[in-house]
Amino acid sequence: MLADITLGQFYPADSFVHKMDPRVKIVLLIVFIVGIFLAKNLIAFIPAVLFVILAARMSRLPVRLLIRSLKPLRFILIFTFILNIFFLQGNLPEGQEPTPVLDWWIIHLTAEGILQALLYSLRLIVLVLGSSLLTLSTSPIALTDGLEMLMTPLKVIRFPAHEIAMMMSIALRFIPTLLEEADKIMKAQTARGADFESGNILKRAKAMIPLLVPLFVSAFRRAGDLAMAMEARCYHGGEGRTRLRVLKCTWRDLWGAAAAVLMVAGCVLISEFVHII
Amino acid sequence: MLKNLIEIENVSFSYEEEGEPAVKNVSLSIPKGAFYAVLGQNGSGKSTLAKLMNGLYKPSSGTVKVYGMDTADDDKTWEIRQRAGMVFQNPDNQLVATVVKDDVAFGLENIGVPTEDMPARIEQALRDVGMQEFADRSPHHLSGGQKQRVAIAGALAMQSDIIIFDEATAMLDPRGRQEVFSVVQQLNRNRGLTVVWITHYMEEAALADRVFVMHRGEVVLEGTPSEVFSHADILKKCKLRQPPVTEIAENLREKGFDISSGVLTAEDMVREVKRLCASSWKK
Ligand SMILES: Nc1ncnc2c1ncn2[C@@H]1O[C@H](COP(=O)(O)OP(=O)(O)OP(=O)(O)O)[C@@H](O)[C@H]1O
Ligand SMILES: [Mg+2]
Repeated sequence: MLADITLGQFYPADSFVHKMDPRVKIVLLIVFIVGIFLAKNLIAFIPAVLFVILAARMSRLPVRLLIRSLKPLRFILIFTFILNIFFLQGNLPEGQEPTPVLDWWIIHLTAEGILQALLYSLRLIVLVLGSSLLTLSTSPIALTDGLEMLMTPLKVIRFPAHEIAMMMSIALRFIPTLLEEADKIMKAQTARGADFESGNILKRAKAMIPLLVPLFVSAFRRAGDLAMAMEARCYHGGEGRTRLRVLKCTWRDLWGAAAAVLMVAGCVLISEFVHII
Repeated sequence: MLKNLIEIENVSFSYEEEGEPAVKNVSLSIPKGAFYAVLGQNGSGKSTLAKLMNGLYKPSSGTVKVYGMDTADDDKTWEIRQRAGMVFQNPDNQLVATVVKDDVAFGLENIGVPTEDMPARIEQALRDVGMQEFADRSPHHLSGGQKQRVAIAGALAMQSDIIIFDEATAMLDPRGRQEVFSVVQQLNRNRGLTVVWITHYMEEAALADRVFVMHRGEVVLEGTPSEVFSHADILKKCKLRQPPVTEIAENLREKGFDISSGVLTAEDMVREVKRLCASSWKK
């Protein structure tokens, strides 16, 4: 039941985007996010949308996977869209009146408001698609390696970059193990008459205690064992450590960076010169 | 001439300042290429002894030397642990990485092996334990026996000359147990790997070169398997039993059958029974 949650959501494939350096991909995602917040209108959004479509094509990821990543978002999307069309009037220059579309009772919809609500929703969709492209096309190992490298300069201010990356990769390693264990404990407790499914929220939360207590006890035991095993294998922090996987920037990353810069430039310039809302 | 890789002299260790020591006055030495087994009931101090052997614990008194290096010397800790690898009981709690290959690399990364040397060492180590096809898999999807073999590969890649197995087969099903035990036996025979095999299974200890029996922190019995398993009385006091075949053989002998002592394995038994049949045919 819990077992279908896979390791992260990495989808292995042999593609341009998969082969890019994870550090570059993480930085590009941040640049991309900045870009879509600089896009002030729907026209200025075109470069961002083109960028996502291009990246999706180059990643050879099945479209349904990308669509699926939007699924948890559907209620938020609908909710914010509906709220926004009621409250947004569009950023019009001084003195210009919005164009009313519907004026009935307390509902005043304007064309500009609808366009801006669309822009906000689109921003959210593109944001999620961009992040999913990163996590779908980058293995958890590459992702933690990339994060560690990017955080390394922060070591100067005693930021524990290596430790955080190690914790993340150990968490990734143990998530399936702990999920499986939770499943086992749940079945064992159900067999003894525990009821996890009925009752109100409070009652169900209370029913989780016989699941959580053994799970935590076992997690702590595992942590102790693992620490011992890591020490036995000469682990002593990040100092003097070499790596099996060395990250290398290639021409692919250059192309990716160029595309991202173009996209941001496009978003900014169009926002500057084209005013539709 | 055999060189002793591990030398333990009059070692005691207690977890708390005062209170019963978990290991009491133990002396033993482990020569190169040996396959030594350690037996003992729960809480007899086997795991504590194992952890003393690679400096995870420092002795309260006495000395432990690995390749002549004292484990009490903090400068030598990493060299000692590289030389003396360890495989633990729970297969799930000793693999660190989300990919088999990366897990085998973990020790190499820790001791600072150059990146370009790693792939060859990892591949060789995985081949030695028969796991080369699983290099890119996630450990989560492996069986218990396969996980233990990956853990062994982790030590082999570090070029450990000695591996201490702390009940490495205790949580495996019979097939996994057999799989891991025979891999270790082969490494011992073909590669000269020195093995310290801590176990609850008498059948496994019967195949060792030498057996140590621990009871309440002390080594109470030591010798070749046939010597050790002939002391049914001492074993019983230590809450241990002889291997099942040995028990059967002794029962048969008590009933008047002409079975020689020192039957330890199923093969020994088969040989004895064949001999008995042959001699009764002649009559
Ligand atoms: N971390 C610890 N802190 C305090 N006491 C401990 C600790 N670990 C073990 N002991 C005690 O030390 C003694 C020896 O334990 P040890 O784990 O070495 O036994 P063992 O022979 O490995 O047993 P088992 O067969 O159950 O693995 C036991 O009495 C145990 O209670
Ligand atoms: Mg133990």
